[in-house]
Amino acid sequence: MPHGMMTSATGSRRYSEIERATHPQGVDMDLEQTSATDLLSELGSGNCSSVELTEACLQQVARHDDTIGAFLQVETESALARAASIDQQRAAGEPLGPLAGLPVAVKDILCRCGVPTTCGSRMLENYLPPYNATVIERLENAGAVIIGRTNMDEFAMGSSTENSAYQLTRNPWDPERIPGGSSGGSAACLAASMVPLSIGTDTGGSIRQPAALCGVVGVKPSYGRVSRYGLIAYASSLDQVGPLARTVEDAALLLEVIAGHDPRDSTSAPNEVPRYSTTVREPLEGLRIGLVKEHFGEGLDNEIASAIEQAVRVYESLGASVHDISMPHAGYGVATYYIIAPCEASSNLARYDGVHYGYRTDTEAMLKELQAERQLLSPQEDEGKLDSPLVRMYRRSRAEGLGAEVKRRIMLGTYALSEGYYDAYYLKALKVRRLIRGDYDAAFKQVDVLAGPVTSSPAFRCGEKTDDPLSMYLEDLYTVTANLAGVAGISLPCGFTSSGLPIGLQLQSAPFQEERLLRAAAMYQAETDWHTRRPPLA
Amino acid sequence: MPLSRSDVERVSLLARLQLGEEELDRLTEQLSQIVQYVEQLSELDTEGVEPMAHTLDLQDVVRPDERRPGLSREEALANAPRHDDECYRVPAVLGD
Repeated sequence: MPHGMMTSATGSRRYSEIERATHPQGVDMDLEQTSATDLLSELGSGNCSSVELTEACLQQVARHDDTIGAFLQVETESALARAASIDQQRAAGEPLGPLAGLPVAVKDILCRCGVPTTCGSRMLENYLPPYNATVIERLENAGAVIIGRTNMDEFAMGSSTENSAYQLTRNPWDPERIPGGSSGGSAACLAASMVPLSIGTDTGGSIRQPAALCGVVGVKPSYGRVSRYGLIAYASSLDQVGPLARTVEDAALLLEVIAGHDPRDSTSAPNEVPRYSTTVREPLEGLRIGLVKEHFGEGLDNEIASAIEQAVRVYESLGASVHDISMPHAGYGVATYYIIAPCEASSNLARYDGVHYGYRTDTEAMLKELQAERQLLSPQEDEGKLDSPLVRMYRRSRAEGLGAEVKRRIMLGTYALSEGYYDAYYLKALKVRRLIRGDYDAAFKQVDVLAGPVTSSPAFRCGEKTDDPLSMYLEDLYTVTANLAGVAGISLPCGFTSSGLPIGLQLQSAPFQEERLLRAAAMYQAETDWHTRRPPLA
Repeated sequence: MPLSRSDVERVSLLARLQLGEEELDRLTEQLSQIVQYVEQLSELDTEGVEPMAHTLDLQDVVRPDERRPGLSREEALANAPRHDDECYRVPAVLGD
């Protein structure tokens, strides 16, 4: 049902459906090559208005999103109204926020007061949050123009965005291929030049992997750097909100806006937020780069390995020193993650009970089903083996409202936490998590950033891994350890395969060293032009 | 296989999921495969390692105990599949 869910309470419609009352001729803007940072100067100098910029973005969406499917909903009317009000504030000389007038796309996982927020699930198809996530508040206070909600794997569980209950999102570099996930919509809309900035979330690689596969920049901040208030929970000790953009400077700008302590999230860190958008331009002297030898083993695509090697040479040419690092527990990351994340998910998703909000099964049909089952019982059989009506309502609502991957992870987590298995699985995984963190702590005593691949292979074909959950999980090999340890990571474009698919370079830094991470990334970007390549859209 | 079909059936009740026959078969196989994979952690000696549930060394956070506005009853009930303007409505808990 592509876009079928968009009959919303907010009355938003797709851009192609509305008449363009203003600027019917459109504005000729080079959305492909103008960064968010440059667009801000254009807006500031009066070369374009926010309405013109927003219209140009909406036009690009109208042209290409039927093919790409990045957006679950485009909020044409509210975005244009918002843009017009920013333009008025600017004309009146009022103080403006750091993103004033810039269109931003938001992954459909952050609560927005009165605006549908589905998390890619049927369960939340009709959910209208009664409050705003802190990240949404920060975007609005910064003057951003939110232009729509992007597609994602249901409840952020997946690496291809194929687990969305609503639609497929296609990779702009090859529509036969997946964009990565779970923040696939947020990466694809950037690659297709529909917006200059977007927001994603990363629990095991869900920002960095789609950024790599779509050839854009994505940052997973340190755990605690960005407030999770109003972020629909998947695995609370791993989830982080972060920026996606086409340049490192743009990502720095967006991170600066969304980062910072929030009294409403007890796990948000009180650390001060550096001026990332300013310092990102300052190269680092004496940069020490670590290469994790465990990341260059069997299974890594040759073209990706050689792109990473070349990126490391660029750093050497800039005076950085390169050091071999061993992280002996890196290979256990996926196993550790696929215990801890499902355990946390099984607990977090217990809230979807068909009572307080979200989908509920047809109660009449459910009662009939129970009645029929009772009649099949012989008189000697205990009625206690049947579910009570309330339990059956929970079970049917969850069975009908949740998709296959979400059920799989809830089942896995419930099993791992059940009596007799807790020590063997969950507790064991928490101990290995400590060992993985120990590997990072040792590494960051020797180097400033770790450099390596984001994925072991380029974007795969739609449908290729849907029947094999384990092979999909192994997509997360190089990214999950950052979440388990709480460190920061970034993916940035560093080349293309011979078939023209983007390759990402991953850099990781110690917790709360995003400033250093972004500066290191910008040094590479300044020497290369991979980030300026755009897909040939049909 | 590490998980039997009856294990999966038992877990589906704990997880409050109703699973069909085919789903039970498929999940028995898939969960077994995943559990087999994650069992590689048993190779590691974790004797004396402190479990890490969380990556931040934050102290317990307390805030002043002051009244602040919350959701009104109307707002809290607005997303409920069934309510009677005062309470959430659910099927009978005891009997029918």
